[in-house]
Amino acid sequence: MEKLAVSERAENRLDETDRESEGRIVRNALLEGRLNLDADLLNALARAESEPEQSANRNRRWQDGVILNEIPRGAYVLDLGCGEGQLLGRLINEMNVHGQAVEVDPEAAMAAMEHGVPVLNIDISEALGDFRDQSFDFVILESTIQTLKDPMGVLSQMLRVGKRSIVSFPNFGHWRTRVDLAAKGRMPVTPSLPYQWYDTPNIRVLTISDFMDWCRRNAIVVTAAYGISEGKVGPLVEADSLITEEALMFIHRDEERKALAE
Amino acid sequence: MSVDGEVGKEVHKPDHPASVGWTRSRKAVLFQDAPLRLEAGGSLGPVEMEYEIYGRLNKSRDNVILICHALTGDAHVAGWDAAPEGPLLEYRKTKPGWWDQMVGPGKAIDTNRFMVLCSNVIGSCYGTTGPSSLNPETGRPWGLSFPMVTIGDWARQQYELLSLLGISRVRAVVGGSMGGQMALEMGLAYPDLMDDLIILSAGHTVTSQGLAFSVVGRHAILNDPDFNNGDYYAGNGPRPLAGLAVARMMAQITYLSEESMGFKFGRRLRGKESPDFTLTGVDFELESYLNHQAESFVKRYDPNSYLYLTRAMDYYDAADKWGGGDLAVMAERLKARTMVVSFSSDWLFPPELCRELVSGLCLARKPVSYVNVPSRYGHDAFLVETETVRRLLTCYLKSFK
Repeated sequence: MEKLAVSERAENRLDETDRESEGRIVRNALLEGRLNLDADLLNALARAESEPEQSANRNRRWQDGVILNEIPRGAYVLDLGCGEGQLLGRLINEMNVHGQAVEVDPEAAMAAMEHGVPVLNIDISEALGDFRDQSFDFVILESTIQTLKDPMGVLSQMLRVGKRSIVSFPNFGHWRTRVDLAAKGRMPVTPSLPYQWYDTPNIRVLTISDFMDWCRRNAIVVTAAYGISEGKVGPLVEADSLITEEALMFIHRDEERKALAE
Repeated sequence: MSVDGEVGKEVHKPDHPASVGWTRSRKAVLFQDAPLRLEAGGSLGPVEMEYEIYGRLNKSRDNVILICHALTGDAHVAGWDAAPEGPLLEYRKTKPGWWDQMVGPGKAIDTNRFMVLCSNVIGSCYGTTGPSSLNPETGRPWGLSFPMVTIGDWARQQYELLSLLGISRVRAVVGGSMGGQMALEMGLAYPDLMDDLIILSAGHTVTSQGLAFSVVGRHAILNDPDFNNGDYYAGNGPRPLAGLAVARMMAQITYLSEESMGFKFGRRLRGKESPDFTLTGVDFELESYLNHQAESFVKRYDPNSYLYLTRAMDYYDAADKWGGGDLAVMAERLKARTMVVSFSSDWLFPPELCRELVSGLCLARKPVSYVNVPSRYGHDAFLVETETVRRLLTCYLKSFK
C-alpha cells in the first residue's frame, strides 16, 4: 500500500525534493513488479536508477550551446520567443549573425534590447507573416512550441521563412511524466514541466515520438537532433524518448518529396 | 505633439544635477555659397539655423545623438534658456526644454555619455529661417512668398549642419511625431550617417484622417479675416490668431484620446454645479482646457510657420518617395538598426501605421525593434508616458557600444 500513501502525501507536498523522492518510490514499486507497465519504461527506469538525479533545468542554456555550435558566422537568424535575448545577443555579438527576434513579453523584450537584439514585441504568429519566403538561414523556436495556441500555423510559417528551423521542447514522453500520469494519475510536474495543470503555459505538450510522427507525415526532414538526459547533452535517437527531458531538432521541408506530391 | 501638454510630474530646475542647466542657443548659417535646392522646386539660401548642444563630443567623434523636434517644437530640447528673447520665447521662462524628462546627465539620453544635438527646422519660427524671417531681397518678412519646404529638405538641413560641425557619423537619430518622420527620412536619405534610428509615435506618412485634421487646421488660419494672405507681420497690426487657435484646439484633440479626455475632463463643469446655458461662456472643464491650450499656443507660434510645417508633414510619404509606393523597397535603403514605438491609443499616428512601417522593414530583412506601448494618453503619450519611454530608451541605448 506504499502507492496509496504516496498519493495522499502528494496532496500536500509539491516541492521539488518531495516530487523526486515520490518519483523514486513509484519507480521502486514499478521495478519490483508491484505495478505493471511496459518493458521499455522499466528499462529506462532501471537505467535512470543508476544515475544521479539531474534536470534539464539545472542546465537551462544547453540548447544555446548546441545552436551556437551549429550556426555559421554571418548567418541570418530569426529567433521566435527570444526571451531576454541571451542566445541571439551572443550570435550577433560573437558570430556577426544578422539577428531578428520576436518576444511577446515586454519585460523580456526590453532585456533583449539591452543585449543588442532587435526585437518585435508582438505575438509570434502575428509577426511571422512579415517575413519573406526562405529569407532566414535559421528560424529558432526554443522551448516555446508547447505554449502556442496554433503550433501548426507557426511551424508551417517557420518552414516557409527559414531554410532551416530549430525547434526544441520539453519531452512529455519522459519517464517522470509517464509515471506521474500512469502511476499516480496526476498531471506531471517535472523539472522540465514545472507547472500545475491550472497555471501551466504549456498548453500543447508533446512527446519526441509525436513530433517525429508529424515530421514524417508532413515531409519534414530532421537533419540533426539533440537531447538532454540526466544533465547530459547528446545526439538524440527516438528510442531515447523515455530518458530525454528536452529535445532539440533541426528541420526543413523535404523539397523533393514536396515537389513529387505536387 | 503637444509641447504645452503635461510633461511628467518632476521638473528639474537648472541647478538640479540631472538638468543640463542653463542653455544658450547657437547659430549657424548654411547654404551661403550654393543655395539649398528645395525638393518642391526653387531654392533657399543663405539659411540661418538655430541649434543646441548638450554634452561633449568624444575624441573619436562618434557619440552624437541627433534629436528631431516635432511640429511645434524647437531646438531647445533640455535645460533652461539662459536668455529667452522676444514674445515667442516667453514660455521658456517657466519651463525647461520640451524633452527635459529624457535628456540630461544620467537621464535616458545621457548627456554624460552622448553629445546631444537638435536644430530648429526650416520654416519654423524658433531661430531658423522661416516665413517670419526677413527676405534678404525685399527686406520684408517672407510670408507666403517663403518657398515650400519638405521633410526631405529638413533632412538635408540636418546633414549640412552636421558637416559644418565636422561630424560624419551619428550614433542615433531620434524623433517623435513629425520628428520621427524626419528621423526616418534621414535614415533613407543618408543611410551611412547613423547606426540607429529611433522613431516614436510616427510613421512613414500620415493617415487620411491625420491629413483631414491638418486640412481643417490650415483652413481655419487661411480663412481668418486677419490672415491678409500671410502678410500680417507689420507693427502691431492684427494677426490671424483666431484661426491659429482653432487649428491648435483641433490638433490638441488629435493629441489626446477619447479615454484620456474622459478621465482628465469628462463632462465635468468648471467650478459650478449646473451649466449657465449660455453660448459664449465657459461651462465645461474641457472647454476651458482647450481655450487655455489655444491661448498659450498663439502667443508662441507663427501662423505661417504652422501652415508650412503641417503641409510638409502631410506631403511626406516615404514609401512613395523611396520605394515607388512599396515600403519594402523603401526599407531596402536603410542601413541603420531601427526602433519604432507606437502607443495603443494614438489616433494621429496609430499603431497600425507604425506596424505597417515595421512590416516593410521585416520584409526587407532589416533589423528592427518594435513596441506598441499600452497607453491611454493618445498621441501625447510619447511625452506623457515618461516612465515607459525612459525605460525603452535606456534599454535600447544600453546596447550601444
